[in-house]
Amino acid sequence: MFRNNYDNDSVTFSPQGRIFQVEYASEAVKQGSVVVGIVSKTHTVLVALKRNAEELSSYQKKVIGIDEHFGIALAGLASDARVLSNFMKQQALASKMTYGRPIPLERIVTQIGDRAQTSTQVYGKRPYGVGLLIAGVDETGPHLFEFQPSGMTQEMIACAIGARSQMARTYLERHLDEFADASRDELIKHGLLALKESLSQDKELTVDNASVGVTGIAKDGKRKVETFKLYDGSEVGPLLEAALESAELAGGEAREGESMEVDS
Amino acid sequence: MNHLPQAWGRPRDDVYGPYDASYLQSRLPQAHTQSPIVTGTSVLAVKFKDGVVIAADNLASYGSLARFTDVKRLRPFNSKSIVGIGGDVSDMQYLDRLLNSLDVTENYSSTGHSLNAKNLHTYLSKVMYKRRSDINPLWNQMLVAGLDGNDEPFLSSVDLLGTTFSSPTLATGFGAHLAQPLLRKVADDESKVADVTRERAVEAVKECMKVLFYRDARSLDRYSIAVVTKEGGGVEGG
Repeated sequence: MFRNNYDNDSVTFSPQGRIFQVEYASEAVKQGSVVVGIVSKTHTVLVALKRNAEELSSYQKKVIGIDEHFGIALAGLASDARVLSNFMKQQALASKMTYGRPIPLERIVTQIGDRAQTSTQVYGKRPYGVGLLIAGVDETGPHLFEFQPSGMTQEMIACAIGARSQMARTYLERHLDEFADASRDELIKHGLLALKESLSQDKELTVDNASVGVTGIAKDGKRKVETFKLYDGSEVGPLLEAALESAELAGGEAREGESMEVDS
Repeated sequence: MNHLPQAWGRPRDDVYGPYDASYLQSRLPQAHTQSPIVTGTSVLAVKFKDGVVIAADNLASYGSLARFTDVKRLRPFNSKSIVGIGGDVSDMQYLDRLLNSLDVTENYSSTGHSLNAKNLHTYLSKVMYKRRSDINPLWNQMLVAGLDGNDEPFLSSVDLLGTTFSSPTLATGFGAHLAQPLLRKVADDESKVADVTRERAVEAVKECMKVLFYRDARSLDRYSIAVVTKEGGGVEGG
């Protein structure tokens, strides 16, 4: 009945040195729909594929703005993500209150990392069943971090987590060199195209199932940070069009002769 | 006979007269600081076009007695700011330890981020307001001098009530009465700060320290003076 004797709690190692509960939690992340994050020298973007449980229901929120300077995208148990995002909102607010300073990203990421680690070492606790991408800007520029239920966090240039995210990662790896100098629009385009790669044959990106979150260094004005902007619903339309158009253009160039014949 | 528990074990009223219950009071109501004990006097500061000059003498008075004559009352914080502290000296030492631990936490938890003078002032104002709300104030008034997030000169005050205010020139204690009007001749308005040179600011502060030594009975002729600019801050003995 049991797969083995060492997966009943998250504090017991298996003889092979594994903690199964933590590994199962990582599986929960892989069940969540895919989210992609990319960072350039000036901007950072989160792109997510939303799912609805049934035809009649709304789509599950995938990108959440935490503070003016950063937001998260989640893959896995949405309710666990809400707990974490509420915690992050509180911490961000506390930093604003006590120091009048937007919380440094590295610090907030370490904090949720520490929190998640605790539930892998204290009896009776359950690891978070959610993976997060944390994207934002602080004093040291734009950043993208990955968070896993094990409590592991690391800074990334580009990242994709969730179901079928391997395809999106392949896209990201192929275009890795273009990210650093990409503009805001190009970064969004790359994000959406990476997301598109991971879709199954019968699925398409639409204004209903795509979410985009962007923040970056402001070009002008007194404010240094571009407020975290969440594009949802109809707002995604123009972004989606631009991305798909550029993909077609690139595809068209690749098979130029063919396209001229097909055109009627 | 009184059989009530309140009367158990006590002399009988009908025999010995009414019992004085005040002897049963094992402790007095808890009292916090009612007045400072060992005190530092004025702190002065003036903004100039690239930074801030701040000064405070090295005296800690015990009432009217000049008790300690080499107490440094300017406290640098991470090369971007200097806090000048007037009022109770033991509370100043507590604040110093608090800032030490803040500095350690800040440097320990991440790299590339540092609290600027404005952040520091916000933090200190919360500390002071918390303490006054506990009806247990830290009996100080502080001037925070340094640079804000845009590397512009920053100067602001916070006192034992958590009240904050800022101005191109600031002075605490006796200096608020005597030096502030003199310092306003240098810059009475934020718009005039851009015309104030470092030399002019330093000269004005030194002049005011002299006036204060002549007129303030709790002051000393030895003082610390510091200038904070983009290149960092430095405290000098004077």
